[in-house]
Amino acid sequence: MWQIAIILVIYVPLVILAGHYLYHVTMQQKTWLDPVLNRVDHVIYKLSGIKQVNMTGKQYVLALILTNAFMVFIGYVLLRVQSALFLNPNDVGNMEATLSFNTIISFMTNTNLQHYSGESGLSYMSQMLVITFMMFTSAATGYAACMAFCRRLVAKTDTLGNFFVDFVRVITRVLMPISIIVSIILVSQGSPQTFSANKTVQTIEGKMQDIALGPIASLESIKHVGTNGGGFNGANSTTPFENPTVLTNIVELLSMMLLPGACVVAFSLMVAHRRKKMLFGKQGFVIFAAMSVLFLIGLVTCYVAEQAGNPIISELGITQDLGSMEGKEMRFGVAQSALFTVATTAFTTGSVNNMHDTLTPIGGLVPMFNMMLNVVFGGKGVGLMNMMMYVLLTIFIACLMIGRTPQFLGKKIEEKEMKLIALCILIHPAIILLFSALAVATTAGVAGITNPGAHGLSQVLYEFASSSANNGSGFEGLADNSTFWNVTTGLAMFFGRYLSIIIQLAIASLLAKKMWHSDSVGTLKTDNAMFAFLLVGIVLMIGALTFLPALALGPITEHLQIHF
Amino acid sequence: MKGLFENAKQGLLVTLAMFVLCGLIYPFAITGVAQAFFAHEANGSLIEIDGETVGSEKLGQAFTAPEYFWGRVSAVNYNVYTKEDVLPNQNGETAYSGVSSGTFNYAPSNPELEKRIEADIETFLKANPSVNREEIPADLMTASGSGLDPHISVDAARIQIDRVAKASGISAAEVKEIIKANTENRVLGIFGEDKVNVLAANLDIYNKMKEK
Repeated sequence: MWQIAIILVIYVPLVILAGHYLYHVTMQQKTWLDPVLNRVDHVIYKLSGIKQVNMTGKQYVLALILTNAFMVFIGYVLLRVQSALFLNPNDVGNMEATLSFNTIISFMTNTNLQHYSGESGLSYMSQMLVITFMMFTSAATGYAACMAFCRRLVAKTDTLGNFFVDFVRVITRVLMPISIIVSIILVSQGSPQTFSANKTVQTIEGKMQDIALGPIASLESIKHVGTNGGGFNGANSTTPFENPTVLTNIVELLSMMLLPGACVVAFSLMVAHRRKKMLFGKQGFVIFAAMSVLFLIGLVTCYVAEQAGNPIISELGITQDLGSMEGKEMRFGVAQSALFTVATTAFTTGSVNNMHDTLTPIGGLVPMFNMMLNVVFGGKGVGLMNMMMYVLLTIFIACLMIGRTPQFLGKKIEEKEMKLIALCILIHPAIILLFSALAVATTAGVAGITNPGAHGLSQVLYEFASSSANNGSGFEGLADNSTFWNVTTGLAMFFGRYLSIIIQLAIASLLAKKMWHSDSVGTLKTDNAMFAFLLVGIVLMIGALTFLPALALGPITEHLQIHF
Repeated sequence: MKGLFENAKQGLLVTLAMFVLCGLIYPFAITGVAQAFFAHEANGSLIEIDGETVGSEKLGQAFTAPEYFWGRVSAVNYNVYTKEDVLPNQNGETAYSGVSSGTFNYAPSNPELEKRIEADIETFLKANPSVNREEIPADLMTASGSGLDPHISVDAARIQIDRVAKASGISAAEVKEIIKANTENRVLGIFGEDKVNVLAANLDIYNKMKEK
């Protein structure tokens, strides 16, 4: 218990610090790394022919999608021919076509769902040139979109910011420096970083053991800093080489929580930038508080459920004081595992330090629900954008109830925006529930289910919630490397990512072009505790109304089965 | 139209620039630093005895001999295998098909989980007649997430003392000392769990037995 509280207390000053830094990077203000990084950036601008001109919302989205398309193309080709290229000391073969499609969509959309196992599926070259590369660029893409969105909310014009400049600055000033520091910490704790082949050793019982090595630390750091989550090894951050000690566990936790939280802080400063020097803007703080409440409810639920253990194991007559240990690592125990589980699904990283398929039913419901809501901090950049949809919806509903004109940051919210907001909020549950229905209705879908009874449905729901929320963790028992699962989850990831970004930026563009009205006595206040309370209520209500029937058939049924 | 072409050109070039920076320069630079300052850790924290590599400090190993401590259940048998395990049977399947990681992924409600744990409890009780069923901590009978977990709880080590002492010929007091020496406590007394590194403890037993 205490260890969880202490980590969260350490998190608060870090996230405020990172938020201020992020604000400076976003608004092109001076930072202490400028003397070096300005030069680096200029070299990149020059080589890439980037002209630092302002773009309209439409141009910005177009540039974003085109750039992502190039990356998908290069990555796909590399996966298909990896066996013949350099840095392949373990003689890994080429990746099959539908699996390559799934993998490349997965990493480009910042999902990192993995239907392959790293040890046997990727060469070191692919781990670097496809996976590590995309971990940087997909995170930078998400954050660039978020920057464009937030800037438009507070601007009076739709022509501002350049995608390429944002994209490069996020990588060189934010992702790269933090990743370098985290990599070195991980290596010092025992995460390998080498290009030599796997080793076979002779054990003292006279048997052999294979040890999988590779450039693990450099991937592991950006995996968390960029809320990516795809592991070097099949078992992700449970493996001792990806997460060797409690210290690395804490570092990985903090690094995945850092930037999504910092986005909210940076947004708060953008909204309040006319007033000088402040720690945390009021409007952003309200949103941060709402997210924190949802996070803490999930965390406590998950911890209590896991600590209580599995009643079926208790019935076998052994001692379960440590809590439910199936699928968990001894060095982390229940406390560190529960915190990691909730953080990785709230911040939509998707790395795991324990196996989610083996969580107790209620312990597994929490990560699933986090991904279904997809607004509890959320992935780098896009989480804040999703939450803003709910903020606008809450304003709309609240204003309807008290008969005021809905208005946010001086901009009126009208019919056109509301239609898009409703569409945006509906896409995510539609993807999850429709694909799940398809999976349980077809033999190809059912073939992947490996646990009997209600838990089988949970496996399916989890997989699509994870895909659509661009999370990437899984109930890993699911036998998901088949054409059906590769293609359906690939589509779910694709639509979950790009449809949302396009619609959200369209909404921001619409708002940016509107007249600015000053607040009057009649305007609904959106920066007080009352609004935070309303926001949490709306999020939970919409989430519960949409997903409760499915959850009742999955984890809740399983919970009742093992307890009664 | 000209704008689209201009965007595409910048997009392609910036992709290539990041490809080189993030995919090549960054991992190579980290590898250089890691190999220079943390050579032991960066190469897998390997343990050598008399010039032979016997394992890694960070990874667990499967132990079945009564004179050694047994670790947690592993779905991949800690990637430990014998020569026979790599020979294909009549159906062309091998018991060991290459290095991997992971767990059984049995749901809490899965009957296979109950069956596996019950079978393991019975095997354990047969090998450790002095232990009562309710003394067994659950970590010893449940599978780790990675299948490579190097640790067990202190209680899980303690209940194996009688068996290890008897089979190895080392006194129970000495075995207790070995557990104590290989126990890693919570970091700062707060973070993580108290645990025993199984391979490190077994290497101490191995060395003690060799001395005799």
